[in-house]
Parts: sequence; structure tokens; C-alpha cells
Amino acid sequence: MVGSILPAVLHGVELRRGGRRILGPVSLTLAAGGVTVVMGPNGAGKTSLLRVLHGIERITAGSVVWQGAQAQVRARQAFVFQAPIMMRRSVLDCIAYPLRLDGMRRAPARARAAEAAARVGLGGLLGQHAPFLSGGEKQKLALARALIRAPEVLFLDEPCANLDGRATRDIEAILLAARDQGTRIVMSTHDLGQARRLADDVLFVYEGRVVDAAPRAAFFAAAQSPQAQAYLKGDLLP
Amino acid sequence: MRLLALAFAAATLFAAASAGAETLNLAVTTSFANSGLAERLLPQIEADTGITVQLLVVGTGQALALGAAGDVDAVLVHARAAEEVWLAAGHGTHRREIMYNDFVVIGPAADPAGVKAALNAAAAFGAIAAAQAPFVSRGDDSGTHKAELALWQAVGVAPAGAWYRAVGQGMGAALNAAAAMDAYVLADRASWLNFGNKRDLALLFSGDPALFNQYAFLPVNPARHPHVKAAAVARLESWLTADRARALIEGYVIDGQPVFVFNARPM
Amino acid sequence: MNDILDGLWQAARLVAMLDSDLVEITALSLRVSLGATLFAALIGLPLGAWLAVNRFALRRLVIAVLNALMGLPPVAVGLIVYVLFSRSGPLGVLGLLFTPTVMVIAQVIIITPIIASIAHQAIRELWADYHDLLISLNASRGQRIRALLWDGRRALLTASLAGFGRAIGEVGAIMIVGGNIDHATRVLTTAIALETGKGEFGMALALGFVLIGLAVAVNLTVHRLSRTERGSRW
Repeated sequence: MVGSILPAVLHGVELRRGGRRILGPVSLTLAAGGVTVVMGPNGAGKTSLLRVLHGIERITAGSVVWQGAQAQVRARQAFVFQAPIMMRRSVLDCIAYPLRLDGMRRAPARARAAEAAARVGLGGLLGQHAPFLSGGEKQKLALARALIRAPEVLFLDEPCANLDGRATRDIEAILLAARDQGTRIVMSTHDLGQARRLADDVLFVYEGRVVDAAPRAAFFAAAQSPQAQAYLKGDLLP
Repeated sequence: MRLLALAFAAATLFAAASAGAETLNLAVTTSFANSGLAERLLPQIEADTGITVQLLVVGTGQALALGAAGDVDAVLVHARAAEEVWLAAGHGTHRREIMYNDFVVIGPAADPAGVKAALNAAAAFGAIAAAQAPFVSRGDDSGTHKAELALWQAVGVAPAGAWYRAVGQGMGAALNAAAAMDAYVLADRASWLNFGNKRDLALLFSGDPALFNQYAFLPVNPARHPHVKAAAVARLESWLTADRARALIEGYVIDGQPVFVFNARPM
Repeated sequence: MNDILDGLWQAARLVAMLDSDLVEITALSLRVSLGATLFAALIGLPLGAWLAVNRFALRRLVIAVLNALMGLPPVAVGLIVYVLFSRSGPLGVLGLLFTPTVMVIAQVIIITPIIASIAHQAIRELWADYHDLLISLNASRGQRIRALLWDGRRALLTASLAGFGRAIGEVGAIMIVGGNIDHATRVLTTAIALETGKGEFGMALALGFVLIGLAVAVNLTVHRLSRTERGSRW
């Protein structure tokens, strides 16, 4: 059994694009266990923070250090994008794809994918052409696909942004189940209720910096930073 | 026993293969191909000699160039001066005359330049130049083109101007152009008779010895290009100069008219 | 107009009677052009995909040159190939001049840029879509290209058919390198040139209609086999 890739340590990370500072400097430690919810107003840098953690955004300064060999770090992570990326193939083959990348043969990969699809409620749509799914269905597919390799860390960028209540409930249930299985979840959201339901701890991002970080209870009861306080009250932030 | 049968079968196959199917590349001019004579000769050649002659139908200039490069085994063209130069450069072994026909002056049936009344070929050309009647030239350095240029020279005209149109293509294309433009054109009789798009064109002048058109067979020099099939070429040359060829060539008629005169002489 | 009607009639007759000469030159046309399309696709499709996903210093220049090569004049290519394969040329010892093989070679040179360019354009768009996902899933370079080629196969088929269309109608290059030799290297397009040169417009048009019919038939068959018209997925 290989060792864990956590904790991850970000030190002085900065992300600049076209002269603009999008993120940073950010220094934090992502320890093992539970669900971390990343919150903040639009454009604050939530997506960028997640992408930097996952390693798909090239940083301009600082370092992102995970535990263990380079090769296994990304292999033990998964990312669900805000707009789920659907491959032009059937639902079954989409979900099976990460297993095929790992060299699993088609039949067993499809079998595992069918189970994963059933778990997220897509059991009846296996033959459907993925790009033709509804928003909620696509999001569930992306989630099933992300979970199929049993990642140690799962990132989700506003996974329920365009979903109705029912789909949202379904997805939250899946996330909590994954958390209980030991998956470390880092997700961003706009939905305060969702954050309350899911978070074990919260990171509040404002103008590219992490201005607040606290366990759930402490954050929602008595957030320290003025920006977080204003946000929780529902005020628009400058 | 099985081995013997196999060996016998293989030997038969090999014998069969080497007995019949020998191919040879021959570059011929469009004038010759458009006459239709090749369709008569090729099957008989194959039956009598076992040689499958593969014809490359190109302009005289290109035919001689292919021969010089060694891409064909022999050429059949009709431009004596060019042939002599080619031989002098060492590209071929010798020149063997096979047959001749004549060039004819074709033009619009209405004959605006009065070519029909000309006393000889040069005068006919002079009339065309004087009238500035549209004239289509092969313009491709072919045997026909060279004959045409010789006639312009004989009448002291350097053809130029909007009336003189050099198409730079083969005999058929030139005739097409002349038909479309209602223009005069110099063609070999065989191509003219066999041409399918005559429209308003008609044969207006012929018979001048200056319009004599000799076809000659030139083998490519095996000393320079060892890969050419010299033996097959020699057999083809013998066939082309023998009685069977004579009968076929002189017996070839279009619209009841004989097209070529066989004039090969023994070597 | 007479000529066209006459041509249609002759075409129908030739096809109905399965005229042996027609069958022979049609078969050779297909052999040469389908063969060329196959080889050109084998080279051009992965090349287009590779260019779409890889970043390197002269990338923009290579793509610009590739697009420009789509305009390669076939007759010029034919001339160059002739010079290369002439007995007096560097590859003359192969003895390939005036054979269907060299015709395929010339056509491959002409159509590979077309196939590669169209493939590149299609794969590039697909890659823009798949980029984050494939990197997140830790797919290797080879795996990425394979996923793009497979998921983009309809566009790649279009690219290949575009190449085929160019090849089946091409006459300049194969006339020079093939020589239009009867029963050896004569195909539909060179036969059309020949009949036109003989002033036999009816026959030339007939062959032209057969050629059009052939090209359409091949395209329809390919679409049928790949089931591109099914459902609303086209």
C-alpha cells in the first residue's frame, strides 16, 4: 500500500496571467481528512486555487508540495470541473475511461463503470451519447468518473452550480459517502447552505488571497475576517 | 514424388512466364497515336512476337527527352532534324524509317484566306499570314510544329500577333482549338481523318512535297542505358520493317482512304 | 447540350454492359486513389493530431506551411516525382516510373497536406475541449492522441474523404508519372483527357459521368458503413 500524498503544502504560491495577479501569495497546508469548502465571491480565485492544488495551472512563484513521488501524486487525485467535460462517447465508456488509461481491459473496466454509474443513478443511461445528457446527468457522470479510481483527494469546482434541488441532494449524498470512505474532498461553492451541510472546514478566498480559514462551526458562528463576515451576512463585497 | 510434381509445376510456370509476357516502353508522338494505327498494330505485335508494347503518347520533344533519360526503350517520331541531333548526342543507336504520310492544311470550310487556291504549301501559309486569319500552332516543338515552322520560314514570315495562337499541346488538342476558333491548323492526315470533332473545319490544301511527313523508329542506346530491353527492341524493329507490318500499315484506311505509305528498307 | 445528353446515354450503356475497358480503368482509378488515400491518411491523420496537441518552437510556422501545401499544384508535383523516378534520376534504379505505384506516390504527396490540415483543425478544437480533462486524468501523450483520434473520428473521416476526392479527380500528376499507358496506367481521368484530345467528346463526357458517379458512390458507401447519418448525431 503506497503512502498518502497528503499533507500538501503551499508556500508563497502566486499566479499571474497577463500581468494581473490572480492568486497569491498563498501559503497553506492541506491536511488529511474530511471536506474542505472553498468559498468567496465571484472572481475571487476559488477556481484558480483548486487548479493550482491539482497541478493543472502553472504557478508564477512559490511551491506546491505533495507527499510521495511525482508520478503518483496526480494519479491519486481527481478533479470535477465546473463545466463538466464530456468525451464524445457513451456514458459507460466515459466513466470507464480512467480505468482504460490505467491499462484495465475493456470488459472489466466497463463492468466497474456500470457499477459506478448505478451508484450515481445513471444506470439507465449507459448507452447514451455523453454530450447529450442534461446538466445534472453530466455532473453525475463527471463525479462517477472522478471517483472510479478511488482517488485520495477529490477536487470539485462548484459541482452543483446549475443543478436543481434533487440533483444537488443526490450529489451531496455521494460526496458524503465518499468522505466517509476516506476520500479527502476539496470543493468550492456559492451555496451557503451546501457549505454548512458538507464542510468540515472552510477556506475563504478574497481577491486572490486566503483571508479566512476555520473549522465549520467556528467559521459560520463567528468568522474572523471582515470579508467573510460581510459575505455570510449576504452583503456585496467591494 | 510431391517434390517432383512441385518442381515441375514451378518450371512450367516459369517457362510460361518468360515465354509470353515481355513488355517494352515505346514513346510515340500524339500524331501517330491519334491516327488510330497503333490499335491495329499492337495486338498483332503481341501475337507475333510476344512483346506487349506499352505506348507513351507524348509530344516529339518529350518523346526524345524520355529516350535520352532512358525511361523508354525506343521512340517513334517524325522530326528528322531533331532525330539527327538526338542521335549525334549519343542517345540512340540508329534511325530506321518505317512509313510516311503527309501534312495537310486544315481550316474553316469558308476559307477566308483563300488557301485552296494556293500554288504550294508555302504560298498557302503566306495567304494565311497576309489575311491575318486565326491560325493554331502546336507550339510544342513536335514534328508537326517543326514542319509548320519550316513553312513559315520558306515564305519569309515570322508568325506573331493575335491571329497566331500557339496552344502548346498535342495534335488532338490543337484540332479541338482550331475547331472552336474556326482557325487554320497544320495537321498530319491520319490525325485529321480520325478526328472526332471536325465541326466546320475542312481539308483545304495538300499534295506539296514540302508536306512530306516521315516516321522513324529510334532505339535508345543500351550502352548508355544498360537496362533497356535491347533484344526486344530489335525484334520489334524487325517486325515493323517486315511484310506483316507493311500489309497492316498500307491496309489501314480511314473513310476509305489509306493513311500511311510503308517505306522501310532492309538494313 | 447534345454532347451532354449523348455523354449521359453512353455512360449508361457502358455501365450497363459492364464494358471491359471501363471496368479495367475504373478498377485502376480506385486502386490508385483509394491506395493513395489510405497511405496519406496513415501519415496525415496522426500528423494532424500530433500538431494539434504538441507545442514546440516552430509550431505556428509548420502549421502555416502545412496549410499552404494544400495548394500544391498536382502537375508540378508530378513533374518533380517524374524527375526523381526517371531512369536518369536518383530513384530511377527502382524502375517505378510508368507504374501504378509511382502514381500512388505522387498522389500521396498531393493529398497528405489536405488530410493533415483538416485533421489538425478538427483535433485542435476537440483538444481545446478535452485539454483539462486529459491532463487531469494523467493521460500520456500517446493516450491523449489516441483519445482524440478515436473521438474525432467523424471529422477524420471527412478529412480522408476530402483527400480521396482530390485524388480521384486528379489528372496532371498521374499523366506525367504514369504515362496513361493502355491496360497499364490508364485511369478514368487520363482516359477523359485522351478522349477529349481525340475530339471524342461524347465518350469523354461518358467517362466523366462515370467518374462523378464513382466518387459519389464511394462517399455514400463510406458514410453508410460508418453510420454517420444515424439518429441526430451527424
